[in-house]
Amino acid sequence: MRRRSSSSLVSSIASHAVLMLGALVMLLPFLWMALTSLKPPQEIFRFGLHILPEQWGGAENYGRVFSDTPMLRFLVNGIVVCSAIVVLQVLIAVPAAYALARIPFRGRSLFFSLILISLLVPIQVPSLFLYLGFAHAGLLDTYASLVLPFIISAFAIFLLRQHFLHFPQEVIEAARLDNFGEFEIAWRIVLPSARPAIGAFAVFSMVAHWNDLYWPLVVVTDPAMATPPLGVVFFRNQESGSDFGALMAAATVISAPLILAFLLAQRTFVRGLTSIR
Amino acid sequence: MTPLSAQKRAEARVGLMLAAPAILLLVLLVVLPVLATAGFSLTDYRLGTQAIGFAGFDNYAALWNDPRFWQSVANTATYTLIVVPGSVGLGLGAALLIESRGWLKPFYRVAYFLPVASTFIAMAIVWEFLMNPSVGLFNQILAALGLPSVNFLGNPQTALYSMAAIGIWELTGFNMVLFMAGLSAIPRDLYDASAVDGAESGWDRFRMVTWPMLGPTTFFVVIITMIRAVRVFEVAAVITQGRPEGATEVLLYSIYVQAFQYFNIGYAAALIVVFLAVTALIALAQARFGGQREANR
Repeated sequence: MRRRSSSSLVSSIASHAVLMLGALVMLLPFLWMALTSLKPPQEIFRFGLHILPEQWGGAENYGRVFSDTPMLRFLVNGIVVCSAIVVLQVLIAVPAAYALARIPFRGRSLFFSLILISLLVPIQVPSLFLYLGFAHAGLLDTYASLVLPFIISAFAIFLLRQHFLHFPQEVIEAARLDNFGEFEIAWRIVLPSARPAIGAFAVFSMVAHWNDLYWPLVVVTDPAMATPPLGVVFFRNQESGSDFGALMAAATVISAPLILAFLLAQRTFVRGLTSIR
Repeated sequence: MTPLSAQKRAEARVGLMLAAPAILLLVLLVVLPVLATAGFSLTDYRLGTQAIGFAGFDNYAALWNDPRFWQSVANTATYTLIVVPGSVGLGLGAALLIESRGWLKPFYRVAYFLPVASTFIAMAIVWEFLMNPSVGLFNQILAALGLPSVNFLGNPQTALYSMAAIGIWELTGFNMVLFMAGLSAIPRDLYDASAVDGAESGWDRFRMVTWPMLGPTTFFVVIITMIRAVRVFEVAAVITQGRPEGATEVLLYSIYVQAFQYFNIGYAAALIVVFLAVTALIALAQARFGGQREANR
């Protein structure tokens, strides 16, 4: 008995040591980003290992981010673009998914096959043609070009179809017996049940599009239209590695919204981001 | 109560109406662009030239003979072959260790998942700073230990591996959460039964119960990670620009450069078709072997 409990104590300490080391590696970039954003340049460039800031350089670094770049504009662009994408995705996906799951219509299986195939097509594949289209229409450097390619989400339709498909038929039969019309059943009974699935998808999509760099890099060259990831890339290229304090401050500012949201709503985030299964 | 065929027809009309916007957009934003891209790949189209000529498979032949293309393929493959086992193995290890440790579990979970929830390009810029050859933290540590400095992302010998290390950091927490879900679905009494069968150590329990029961989860995690690893882009595009000496040139970056910097539309389209074929093959492997696995149960 004693041998067993002491060996489990040893293995427990060993596990915690390994996990703590892993956690340190995972958190290191975040800690170093935040610490560096508070250091004045002479400390960042001083030779030798210094962890904590000795002098306060935060005001200057964050001040430079907001004076040298339209950082607020980047953040507003990010919010506008992501919200527009998510709202339109849901508005278009919900009726389509409902029809796919519950209403037989001509061409339904062909439509569903298209959805399944589209799940395999990342944005990089249509990007060339879409770029040429937007360029031709004079829509580069606009919200339209940032939002439109994403308003159809095969993933949202697939996810919601699964949800509607598994909605219990007995509930619907019972509602029919209570003289509910088909439209009322859809609107007042089936649709509200999809709220958690829609929420999980919204988190997934928000995070994906807030972080997306590829498409903004393709269609945006005007800093005023940049999303936060593109904004920080512009800032990095403009600094060309001379002002790490301000660069780390910029990285902190654009990653703070998602990190805070994650810390406040961990469960929702984890569920949303892993909902791809 | 008997359904009339007129009612059925009316219902079908409603169904089609509800699906119509999605169908239209799917055709416009996915089907048409994919078909058009496949079409472009058979032309000599370059932005700025007047005439577009049919070029047959010339672009594919040019790809085949382009050492840069093969380097890009090799780099993407190497990156994938490092990041998949690395992040899947570490994700599984973290999930197993965290599952059995009660009180710090919430902290570990947040710490490991944070990279997944953060803005990757911002963190990639932080990694670039950490790996900076003169003022970066890693080289400060190496210097403090009396070791020579390493130009992690600037040396062709280490650049791709440094990029892969960042990739493992990015994906481990995601895989960990998927494994934790898989672990929590294993019925407790299987462990009791394995104890009756003579499983004594933690390793026995892992070998006899956990690993076989996690099979479908592991397969799924491997596929998902492969698809994500093949799409590696940000670090190559922003930090290294495929340098040094093409050591970090990966498929998506080649596409980006050919399409949107050189405007070599035909050639880029051929690259995109190759890229789509690679990702589709991985997904088909999942459909084929993932499905078979389920059927075997």
